[in-house]
Amino acid sequence: MNAIKEALKTVSDLWSLMVGLKVTGKYFLEPQRTVRYPWKAVANLDTYKGHLELVGGMKDPFKPRCISCGMCALACPSNCLTVVKKKAPKPTPEEEKALAEAKANGEKVRDKTPKDPEKFLYDYTLCSLCGTCMENCPAGALRFSKNVYMAGYSRNDFQFDLVLKLRESDARAPKAEPAAPAAEKSEA
Amino acid sequence: MPAELIRILIGLVAVALSVGLIGLVMVWVERKVAGHVQRRPGPYEVGPYGLLQPLADALKLVGKQLFMPDNADPILFWLAPVLSFLPVLLLFLPLPLGDELFALDINLGLLLILAFSGLAVLSLLLGGWASNNKYGLLGAARAVAQSVAYEIPLLLSVLAVCFVAGSLNLATVVKEQGTWPWNWNIMTQPLAFLIYIVSALGETNRAPFDLPEAESELTAGFHTEYSGMGFGLFFLAEYANMVVVCSVATVLFLGGWHGPVLPGPVWFVLKVSLLMLLLVFFRWTYPRVRFDQLLNINWKWLMPLAVANLMLTAFFVKLAQYTVVK
Amino acid sequence: MTLYADTQQVAGDFYTNNFAKTAREGSLILNLGPQHPSTHGVLRVIVEMDGEYILRAEPVLGYLHRMHEKMAEVKTAAQFIPNMGRVDYGHALGWNWAFVGAVEKMAGIEVPERAEYVRVITSELNRIASHLLWWGAYLLDLGAFTPIMYAFDDREKILDILQMPTGSRLTYSYFRIGGVAQDLSEDCIKSIRDFIPWMRSRLPMYKDLVSDNIILRKRIEGIGVIEPAQCRAYGATGPVCRGSGIGYDVRRATPYSVFPKLDFEVPTSDLKDARGRYDVRMIEIEQSMRIIEQCLEQMPEGDVLVKGAPKPSWKVPKGEAYFAVEGARGKIGVYVVSDGGKNIYRTKLRAPGFCNLSLFAEVSQGTILADAVAILGSLDLIIPEIDR
Repeated sequence: MNAIKEALKTVSDLWSLMVGLKVTGKYFLEPQRTVRYPWKAVANLDTYKGHLELVGGMKDPFKPRCISCGMCALACPSNCLTVVKKKAPKPTPEEEKALAEAKANGEKVRDKTPKDPEKFLYDYTLCSLCGTCMENCPAGALRFSKNVYMAGYSRNDFQFDLVLKLRESDARAPKAEPAAPAAEKSEA
Repeated sequence: MPAELIRILIGLVAVALSVGLIGLVMVWVERKVAGHVQRRPGPYEVGPYGLLQPLADALKLVGKQLFMPDNADPILFWLAPVLSFLPVLLLFLPLPLGDELFALDINLGLLLILAFSGLAVLSLLLGGWASNNKYGLLGAARAVAQSVAYEIPLLLSVLAVCFVAGSLNLATVVKEQGTWPWNWNIMTQPLAFLIYIVSALGETNRAPFDLPEAESELTAGFHTEYSGMGFGLFFLAEYANMVVVCSVATVLFLGGWHGPVLPGPVWFVLKVSLLMLLLVFFRWTYPRVRFDQLLNINWKWLMPLAVANLMLTAFFVKLAQYTVVK
Repeated sequence: MTLYADTQQVAGDFYTNNFAKTAREGSLILNLGPQHPSTHGVLRVIVEMDGEYILRAEPVLGYLHRMHEKMAEVKTAAQFIPNMGRVDYGHALGWNWAFVGAVEKMAGIEVPERAEYVRVITSELNRIASHLLWWGAYLLDLGAFTPIMYAFDDREKILDILQMPTGSRLTYSYFRIGGVAQDLSEDCIKSIRDFIPWMRSRLPMYKDLVSDNIILRKRIEGIGVIEPAQCRAYGATGPVCRGSGIGYDVRRATPYSVFPKLDFEVPTSDLKDARGRYDVRMIEIEQSMRIIEQCLEQMPEGDVLVKGAPKPSWKVPKGEAYFAVEGARGKIGVYVVSDGGKNIYRTKLRAPGFCNLSLFAEVSQGTILADAVAILGSLDLIIPEIDR
């Protein structure tokens, strides 16, 4: 009796195969979820963490806010940042005289070297995109770009100088990447 | 030359041409259906809607280097794919595409098909054995066990239909069926149809019974060591076998070329395509059956059911014979 | 052991030869992996087979050892958080939480309440994503090619949601010592609220397509029976032990964060086989969604990072602490010891997969090779976390 019951149960379980076919058949007729890059792009790139970029100042958008304190390089887990400070400019003879006078008077001499960095070397191949540098910057000079289309042929393409990049970029636009194709979530 | 020989030769040429075409079309259909079931496009770059993709695949396969593993047996190694492909040409000959539209008019058409499809088993074994690869051998052994096992319910279910029709000649079986679906053999032999479909899946190594070709967990199957056109021939032979079993199912159960309005061959192609589509859907829906469960299904379920079906059919046929005579 | 006739070399490497020393007469020694078609990672299992049956199995680990614990010795506490995102990419936020929780416990830093809720929400979303990945990959192992596509479709939604606060899709380093890096925006909360009913509508489809499918049921029912005593002996946690009837969940056993305030069930199964573990994980997806809903309602306003959060020059106070969280795979534990310097003196990472994998050697004895793959899949292993 038990054997017959089991046999009948197995046969009735076969109905699940038909149910499975119904599910795949339904999805066969539904629209696709693929976004056909590069003719179309996804729409959620606003929050994407691309490579680092320097933030320009209010007065001069092509000059970084960075004050070369080196906090980011210290905080980075992957040692991918190197900040090269600007050297103090060689003083002209008048300035040297003024400097010597001020020293003789015991006044405190303000350091006139510009604070922004000479070079801000960034190795994207080592960066782990953790954001520690960005959070520890006292000047708020770092942020993640939204450059999803970055590609290169060699490792050198991913080791760049952010100061140069800022200078060459169109700092007025909020997003600093090439014109993205029309964004569509999915297509039928 | 006698008329039958010319007929056979024309048939062979037509079959040879169409088998290549079938391979290309099936590759495209399989990948497109797989894509759409998984809600992605499948191939769409090469040619419009990806129609040239199979051609690109074929060219790629032809261009690959043909190499052989070190201690493999060269004759058997290269014989295996050829052997899997050659019988396929013969299998298409007795199939009637329309009224009086078949290449070979033979009384034992069905037997011819069943006999020559057994040669495919030999090619599996040769492929695994000649590869000099223990994984290949294990896979080949399993494939042979599977193929040999599933031939029996296949035969038994098909015999039941032939009992009803009274002949093994495929043209006769089709003629006995009518134009409308309720006149087809599927109405009188539904269990045989189900058994036939399952056995066909087992014979052609299609999912969910595709252990020989997709068991990449351990044994990569009998065609591990084949690359390029050797693999291509196995592949082509598999699709051609699929078409053969679907055609036989159409002829025996679904009324062959019968159908309203449209001409015979069109209906035949339509029905075969529908069955092929069903087989492709099976592959992308179900997980794989384990090997011992596969053989269990065959020996414990399909064979007893097929035997019971056959005996019942025989009983009713005899009963009808005697009552009609009276 | 195979000897090549002309070179007198012995085939196989150190592990296979060692294994072969205690092999029985006439058995076959095979290697599963380390390159796998299934997506576990680089796992190598040496099996001794008698025909189709496995007599002995021995996993060989270390192919993906990346020395995370050594890296913890040379990095400061805050610098180590990105590492924790990469240990286990399935449930990266769980590992984040375990480490950050251990350091906070040691230093006595208290996390604002809103940050706790954000942690719970993001971690549970990550758990759902991990279970979906497991489900798809398991079915791929068993030969069904479409469920992984459907699972990844759902997973895309979660990854998009988690991209909003964290910026990453897979290897998150979102938690900070003292809170989280960024608050959840309005868009993010709205997306989560939209996601939950949609995911609930998908679960019946999974049941229809897969869970009730007779072929799948024959593949996983009765396979890989793990007795509760074995679970206890090997220290298995997570769905592996809950699938064998032991109702151990770190969120209930040693509650942390805001879990005491949340109402959810801990699913267990008495089936003890692969089917039990499967069922437990599917129910956990539903329970995670329940937790997220409650968190969204209960979440207070406030900061997400404590006011005196450690700066890069922070010296970790002396002491030691152990903190465990319930990960998708089991109990994730981190033990930290500090001697007062900037770097943590010793970090010990307890990976749940390591203990779960050790079960495999015992459980797979006497099974068919095809079943061994099913058992491995049901243990939900991610090898990078096992090798660390």
